Amino acid sequence: MSATSPSPVAPAIRLRDIVKSFGPVQANRGAELEVAHGEIHALVGENGAGKSTLMRVLAGMYAPDSGLMAVEGRDVTGWSTADAIAAGVGMVHQHFMLVPTLTVAENVVLGSELTRGPVLDRAAAEEAVRKLSVETGLAVPPAAKVADLTVGQAQRVEILKTLYRGAKILILDEPTAVLSPPEVRELWGVLRSLKQSGSTVVLITHKLDEVIEVSETITVMRAGKTVARMATAGTTPQAIARAMVGRDVALALDAEYTGTPMPELGAVSALLEVRDLAVAGANGQPVVKSATFSIAPGEILGIAGVEGNGQTELIEAIAGLRQYTGSIALASRDLATLNVRARGDAGLSHIPEDRHDRALILDYTVAENLILGQQHRFTRGAALDTPRMLEHARELISRYDIRPDNPALAARALSGGNQQKIVVAREMARDFKVLLAAQPTRGVDVGAIEFIHARLREARDQGKAVLLVSADLAEVLALSDRVAVMYGGRIVAMLPRASATPETLGPYMTGAERAA
Amino acid sequence: MSAFPPPPDPTLEPVVEAPLPVPVARASGRPSRRAQIEEAVLPPLVALLLAAVVGDLLILSFGQSPGAVYRLLLDGTWGNAYGFGQVLYKATTLVFTGLAVALGLRAGLFNIGAESQLAAGGFCAALVGLVLPPGIPALFVLPVYILAAALGGGAVGAVPGVLKARFGAHEVIVTIMLNFIVLALLNYLTSTRLHVPDTLHTAEIRSGQLPRLSDMSSAFQGSAANAAILLAILAMIGLWWFLFRTRRGFELRAVGLQPHAAEYGGIDVGGVTWRALALSGAIAGLGGLNYVLGYKHYYEEGFATGAGFLGIAVALVGRSHPIGIGLAALLFATLSQGGLAVNALVPKQMVDVLQAVVILAVATSVPEVRRLLRMRRGGGGDR
Repeated sequence: MSATSPSPVAPAIRLRDIVKSFGPVQANRGAELEVAHGEIHALVGENGAGKSTLMRVLAGMYAPDSGLMAVEGRDVTGWSTADAIAAGVGMVHQHFMLVPTLTVAENVVLGSELTRGPVLDRAAAEEAVRKLSVETGLAVPPAAKVADLTVGQAQRVEILKTLYRGAKILILDEPTAVLSPPEVRELWGVLRSLKQSGSTVVLITHKLDEVIEVSETITVMRAGKTVARMATAGTTPQAIARAMVGRDVALALDAEYTGTPMPELGAVSALLEVRDLAVAGANGQPVVKSATFSIAPGEILGIAGVEGNGQTELIEAIAGLRQYTGSIALASRDLATLNVRARGDAGLSHIPEDRHDRALILDYTVAENLILGQQHRFTRGAALDTPRMLEHARELISRYDIRPDNPALAARALSGGNQQKIVVAREMARDFKVLLAAQPTRGVDVGAIEFIHARLREARDQGKAVLLVSADLAEVLALSDRVAVMYGGRIVAMLPRASATPETLGPYMTGAERAA
Repeated sequence: MSAFPPPPDPTLEPVVEAPLPVPVARASGRPSRRAQIEEAVLPPLVALLLAAVVGDLLILSFGQSPGAVYRLLLDGTWGNAYGFGQVLYKATTLVFTGLAVALGLRAGLFNIGAESQLAAGGFCAALVGLVLPPGIPALFVLPVYILAAALGGGAVGAVPGVLKARFGAHEVIVTIMLNFIVLALLNYLTSTRLHVPDTLHTAEIRSGQLPRLSDMSSAFQGSAANAAILLAILAMIGLWWFLFRTRRGFELRAVGLQPHAAEYGGIDVGGVTWRALALSGAIAGLGGLNYVLGYKHYYEEGFATGAGFLGIAVALVGRSHPIGIGLAALLFATLSQGGLAVNALVPKQMVDVLQAVVILAVATSVPEVRRLLRMRRGGGGDR
């Protein structure tokens, strides 16, 4: 192996024709990436485009099947994670890899602990973390337990950990998924200052506004291949989206809000009325606290907020999946005594946030999944009415463009977007008055997002009440007639669409302010 | 590796216009019929081959020739009417206990209690037989016996079911403990109240005895095989229909696969849990009829010791599918009967070891072979 000598003009990262398969699935099939020194480079693409795989190859977690990798002009094809760390390449993962019961400092030094004899030198570790924290502007309390941190702080610890190991090339995998808008702005500040100090940053994302805001160069991947590379300054979100999907799409982030503002509540009787709702979490502590709101026919109420502030529990309580106190009424009928099935029969539809755990039975066929929750309506005596199930499936498959169009295929074999279409089709096809839509487009590609948004608007226009929960603020703003913000289990703000903007909602999402 | 190739054109322009992405799922849709059959049949065959290889080594270690031992084993089982009848008799009980365990597995529950449920079913059938007047044809009293056996096994199965649904008590612990309690109780009742003096069994039932195979052909003389085989076949068909064709079966399998999704789908998970274990116990209980109605016509302590536990192996090797269970029951019955036949060459216990080897081979090789099959076909997988 004769590596070319490092030269100052070599790009920080150069990946050529990377192929990586997992069994029969080719996650990367000829991916290219070239990142210059000291730039913030965005790697974009839909879910399943192969972005994370490519970056894991770069970080040494996977060896490529073929292709060439160079860092700082040195051939590093197929190196190990240890090699990558030694060479200053560090990856911050989407899911934090921190030990919650250890302190910030302990987490940062984990794996390269400062010791005094056999014992950990906690003071030295804290001092080192404090110093690094000041240098980089990543403010964290070194002695605090990670379990007590906010998500934004935990992410800063992840970045610090990577920097502490000497990373000069930092890879961030979807870092903003869990952050509120002010935290996102802070993160951008940190990335820019890292760049100032000579670091190179690769940002994996599928949020186009982020790409435009923070990156200098963009590489677009689609179906495992690199399809475009462009300078951020010379491009538009539409151009990036076109490269990602391969066709023109309507983008949620610049979609016009098209609803008509609702008449004053009280003028029409609400379809969903929630009063003083309280839900207890797994260990008994309250996770939803005295939530009160109502939704009128033909209205979408969007709940914004950082994930984990009680949205999941709120939705599941309404659906009948969790114990609660307070009252929930659907079209003036109290739901207290109704179980999940009876609530469905009373006119409640529910798109759950967790597609793989709740919404689908992955080993059941598309046709079977399309009747889940309504199986008691598809019977002939004790048996399931298979012909009618198939007819139902064929109709929904064509109406909702579920691909492949085979009702006998296991749901597991479909892509995320098509799996979500099964859920949306099933829940929209039943006779309902109120729709609970939790993260309806999570992990779904841009084309399917557009489609699902259209269906939600359609439900609204048919006079249904829709409760939308989304971690994606752009989605909430594009669809909602009214916007509520949840923080710490409470509804801390309820704004008419006209006055809801990222700026007005941000302080509520971080808990800095509360009204309502 | 030579020097790194030159970089691509460094201009910051779109570099490729790639065609639309291919759909993630196999566009061809459902795996072909042939592929499905391959996947169902090949893995157990590979496992059996593996078990046979280990069996060869075992036999060689006793200084015998594997060919001779296997020939003897086959001669003593499928090779003559008596041996074959014994295989059928043993397989009949195993079908019931295998189906019982499989039903639990389909609902995500591990019923280790088939052993005592089987005994309770046989016991209750014998009790009914003791009070029925003599001489009524089997066809008329059969429903009563079936009900009694199902209720006996079902009651034992319902206990862990209700405890699990109501209090979250783990069914494995409860069914294991109930095995001790129920068997001890039945033995107590038999030996203090119901036994014929100087035996460990009850008096003979007086009506409803099932015809034996030997009644039809004298070649089966001495073998216990009887018309309970037909009940076992009916149970296989019935359970298949229930699991894969009815709404309750749909709901039961949903609970077994993804309890959270089942709950979301309006399915009463607790209700399914206790009903599944009760039904599982009832099916195991029906197995008692094979002995009580078909063979000895009384209840006897330990009339089918081990058949409940072997049912777990049958369900696992049969992949919790009624057809697979039928085949697995025949396999284990063959090995168990064959152990007697090969006793002259190798210790009978060697066949017990072979049964264990079959279970281990299935548990380890089946998932692996399926994975290889799928890879070769280029089907799904995780990115």
